[in-house]
Amino acid sequence: MNGSAASGSPAPMVEEATVEGTDAEFIAKVVAGDVTSFEPLVRKYQPRVFATARRYARRESEVEDIVQEVFLKAFRKLSGYRADAPFEHWLMRLTVRTCYDFLRSHQRNREFSFTDLSEAETHWLDRFAASPAEASETAAAARELVAHVLDKLSPATRLVLTLLELEDRSVKEIAALTGWSPTLVKVRAFRARGEMRKCLERLTREKKL
Amino acid sequence: MNLAELQRKLLAAARANPPTDTVPYAFEKRILARLAEAPVLDTWALWNRVLWRAAAPCVALCLTLSVWSYFAGSDATSPEVLAADLESAVLAPFDDLGDSW
Repeated sequence: MNGSAASGSPAPMVEEATVEGTDAEFIAKVVAGDVTSFEPLVRKYQPRVFATARRYARRESEVEDIVQEVFLKAFRKLSGYRADAPFEHWLMRLTVRTCYDFLRSHQRNREFSFTDLSEAETHWLDRFAASPAEASETAAAARELVAHVLDKLSPATRLVLTLLELEDRSVKEIAALTGWSPTLVKVRAFRARGEMRKCLERLTREKKL
Repeated sequence: MNLAELQRKLLAAARANPPTDTVPYAFEKRILARLAEAPVLDTWALWNRVLWRAAAPCVALCLTLSVWSYFAGSDATSPEVLAADLESAVLAPFDDLGDSW
């Protein structure tokens, strides 16, 4: 695994400043035509991009395709990067938008039905129905179940729920990442919770809980 | 069933298990290889290709208009009649002037 450059640093402030400086240098070289200078940037930021992509795609091949697309786009658009914000923010905006495009292009391929839930997931649901407090949220079955529920949601709903509920981002941050207005983010967040609730209603109806 | 509690538990389950940030071995090399094999964008070549693609429809449109004007002209009135029609259309407002004087 290629870890992030900022991890385990004895003098974080100094290293951070140096890293920012080198980012700018690498970007300038890439824009000037030196393709190999793009490699350190990829190496530094790919763990973060992989972690984000894994929130939206389950198969590892799909995750790799998303990350590859992110870095190819970043390379093509690098000349348009204005250094008024850190490179990482610019790259994460690109990542989130690429993930959203991925969700939109794959939304018709989600053919999983709630009747196909595994035995462990069904068991977890039964236990929750019997006694909600006893169904542990750290159980592997709960993780699988929530992944299936998220797969069922529309791309915008999934994106806003992931950013708001799973990554604990603010409305302002989500607006910056997605390019939506803060009002639109609030509206979509409201609808997203409703859509997830409807999805869970369907799940419980299908499983006769 | 308490759907609000189920929703809260499932979101908590997802929050408690963030995805890993592991990277496949030498992934950055793969990106660099893709960049190396990607064709360099040549604006002039792109423009050339667009012009060549546009040439065929332009020729087809030109021929269609030529054929149409040829056949439309054959059953229409002669140029003299067209000129007379044009003149009467242009002078039509002045025809009424005599009546008002």
